[in-house]
Amino acid sequence: MPTINVNGRDHAFEGNPEMPLLWFLRDVAGLTGTKFGCGMALCGACTIHLDGVATRACVTPVAAALTAKVTTIEGLSVDGDHPVQQAWKELNVAQCGYCQAGQIMQAASLLKQKPKPSDADIDATMAGNLCRCGTYTRIRAAIHLAVVKTGGAA
Amino acid sequence: MSADGQIPVKPLDVPIANESRRAFLFGLGAGALVLAVGLPAPRALAQEAKKYGGDGMPGGLKDDPRTFIAIDADGTVTILNHRAEMGQGVRTSVPMIVADELEADFSRVRVRQAPGDQETYGNQNTDGSRSIRHAFAPLRRAGAAARQMLEAAAAAAWAVPASEVRAVNHELVHAKSGKRAGFGAFAEAAAKLPVPEAATLRLKAAKDFRYIGKDGRALVDNDDIVTGKATFGIDVRLDGMLYAVVARPPVYGGRVRTHDAKAALAVPGVVKVVPLDGAPIPSAFLPLGGIAIIAENTWAAIEARRKLAIEWDDGPNAGYDSAAYRATLETAVRAPGKLVRDAGDTYAALERAPNKIAAEYYIPHIAHAPMEAPVATVRITDGACEAWASVQAPEAARTLLAELLKLPKEKVTIHQTLLGGGFGRKSKPDFIGEAALLSKAVDGKPVKVTWTREDDIVNDYFHTVALERIEAGADAKGKPVAWLHRTAAPSIGSLFGPDTKHQRAGELGQGLTDLGFFGVPNLRIENPEAAAHTRIGWFRSVYNIPHAFATQCAVAELAHAAGRDPKDMLLDLIGSPRQVDPSTLAEASNYGEDPKVHTVDTARLRGVVDAVAKASRWGRTLPKGRGLGIAAHRSFATYTAAVVEVEVAADGTLRIPRVDIAIDCGLQINPERVRSQMEGSVIQGISLALLGEIRFAKGRAVQTNFHDYTLTRIDGAPAEIHVHAVNATDASLPLGGVGEPGLPPVPPALLNAIFAATGKRIRTLPVRDQLRGG
Repeated sequence: MPTINVNGRDHAFEGNPEMPLLWFLRDVAGLTGTKFGCGMALCGACTIHLDGVATRACVTPVAAALTAKVTTIEGLSVDGDHPVQQAWKELNVAQCGYCQAGQIMQAASLLKQKPKPSDADIDATMAGNLCRCGTYTRIRAAIHLAVVKTGGAA
Repeated sequence: MSADGQIPVKPLDVPIANESRRAFLFGLGAGALVLAVGLPAPRALAQEAKKYGGDGMPGGLKDDPRTFIAIDADGTVTILNHRAEMGQGVRTSVPMIVADELEADFSRVRVRQAPGDQETYGNQNTDGSRSIRHAFAPLRRAGAAARQMLEAAAAAAWAVPASEVRAVNHELVHAKSGKRAGFGAFAEAAAKLPVPEAATLRLKAAKDFRYIGKDGRALVDNDDIVTGKATFGIDVRLDGMLYAVVARPPVYGGRVRTHDAKAALAVPGVVKVVPLDGAPIPSAFLPLGGIAIIAENTWAAIEARRKLAIEWDDGPNAGYDSAAYRATLETAVRAPGKLVRDAGDTYAALERAPNKIAAEYYIPHIAHAPMEAPVATVRITDGACEAWASVQAPEAARTLLAELLKLPKEKVTIHQTLLGGGFGRKSKPDFIGEAALLSKAVDGKPVKVTWTREDDIVNDYFHTVALERIEAGADAKGKPVAWLHRTAAPSIGSLFGPDTKHQRAGELGQGLTDLGFFGVPNLRIENPEAAAHTRIGWFRSVYNIPHAFATQCAVAELAHAAGRDPKDMLLDLIGSPRQVDPSTLAEASNYGEDPKVHTVDTARLRGVVDAVAKASRWGRTLPKGRGLGIAAHRSFATYTAAVVEVEVAADGTLRIPRVDIAIDCGLQINPERVRSQMEGSVIQGISLALLGEIRFAKGRAVQTNFHDYTLTRIDGAPAEIHVHAVNATDASLPLGGVGEPGLPPVPPALLNAIFAATGKRIRTLPVRDQLRGG
């Protein structure tokens, strides 16, 4: 039976491989940290890592994840202490919090690729993640803080 | 797919939602005791006169400590939050209030979410920027009463006078004897004592506050949010749960004429197709009807819905067209309308004024688009119904479900999850009604109804469309002498009453009939007719948005016409400091507050203008292409003012280097969340001014998802937002709201800044590409 590796654990899957990974994660695997926002890769609420790279789960078929490692917000760190998560807490970034799992996954992916991003880098990379509450200025600040926490200079 | 049997059953883990009231009242753990036994005593009976504030809301205010506070034998304090958390931080702010008066150590406080039950908890309708404004006083009383009960229990055990025992940071202390013990040691004894009468409560002096007014409090849900463990409405999972989506009529008042579900039923995982009756206009909170698909997972339901063939009868609103409707509103505001406030002789004064303007301001419908679209889960067992939903108005949901299922209200339980945004959309429980009807259709099995983004946008309760016409005049010296405002916008009353053609007094009283312009001797406000052709609903700050947009743009226009600085013109219009009872100006609800207490205080309105002008260095010289705009507004008994700085490039590209916003809501309970609400209001205000628009054609919303209903993203957000607190520690002022008042001044300040930068006056929102091509 095909399996999908999510956060280091194999999940059996025998349904339609066209099912978006988002709905597999949420409805089948019960990992609800990854959110549904638009279904068209327009808002970033469903951002996960596919082999370490930020990916929109709502438009990624399960088939594309069969040979990859999937990381969701639940698996970003063991104790919720990834520098991005720490920075998010320290600056009270969240308002309603719904988009923040996607924001955090996108930000973690950004820092992996660009350990010391500028504001322009942040805006360019994070522009795919909508926040209706308007936490953007804190998101920028938190990404800079995460750089410091990782050992870089702000 | 054959998901049946493959779905791992995760036990419902909704710590914020599954606390039964009985368990809460009688203890949280085995053997734990609790400061909460016996039946709540009836407290202060009805006052004779008209009730204001929380007392005037259905369910009123409750302050019984046994309802809101439990203390375990190990000293853990559990505080019940009875308001909806949708990003405003109420799950952090409510326990700050209670814990402060209780003298609890915040690190030993847990927060639990109350189910919907206004008989027990008091009013829970989380809108109108009311939570803290109304609950501050009763929650303080609850905390103080519990503290005094603990002190009395300790005093009895130690055989010392109660007056000599003091609760200090989670301990009871008798200074004379040196005795001290934790809260847990006396929780059981305290619970058996009578609740002190309100008059005997020793409330803290403001200088002794431990948490109230202190900055930097971490959100109680931070850990859960950043690890994906927080439970929003969409995250609820129940044993045997089914998943549904609904194909709803695209036109308000439409219904299914014929449908063919054969192809949909053939989609693997589909369980049932259920036609739902539509609601007649006005539909209030009733579901819109349509064809529902119930399936084993959300995706199967969505896929099957695509395969439905439905022929709609569009009904009476089939011709609704935004361009034609705008023309209707333009005709309406160009003739006198229903008079709603009048001072002096405005028409004559306008006639004489040497400097004058006449301008029309248009705001289209907008959709709330909370990041979590509406979603609800309902199950029905043994004649009782339970719902889990991200809902702002649990009592309205309870009433609706009782009505739809023909159950007594006591048999309906609403578990409130975290809300992934609300902004007024989730005050309307229609989506929970759908889940109830669908659960009933599958013999009470749990059914989760998920709205897709398209559903959310095309079937929203839209923010009103509005056209505002202002004619204003200044004398030869530039002093304002006449102000005529005509407002035409469909009323939210149209949801509940057919043929509603005028804004209700409470809507007109949102920053218009209560307008704090007392420096202009002739002021007249009229309300021509406007009919509704779609569902109109509350959107954060509601009618304040069009009223403030028009008013505050017109101030700057009049200033320009008279050759004056916009801030000076604004202060002239506000006039000298005074406190005015808004009920003397017009019929208005004053946000439910006592008009003699929550007055229109022009000193406070001037105060926020001065604060924001100073902080933004109003009047400074800017390079070409840059400009500052200012606006101020009173709403929800709070005063706000904003200065926006814009930079407009030659090609029309707009950037916002900085926004300053000042707020005077009186005492700030949780300054950190006040700041975040102002930041969010700034960005939401910018978003609607620059981008927000839902257009209608053939009765249908044209926009459907975030590609065409665009919102401000991080690359369009201001580089800096500075929030300035005014009177934030003054406990003598009546409390104002926080969630909404930040928004109204932002769009006009932005449009005034664009004018200052470019000389281009935009009066139609959204701005979109109006700055391009010169």
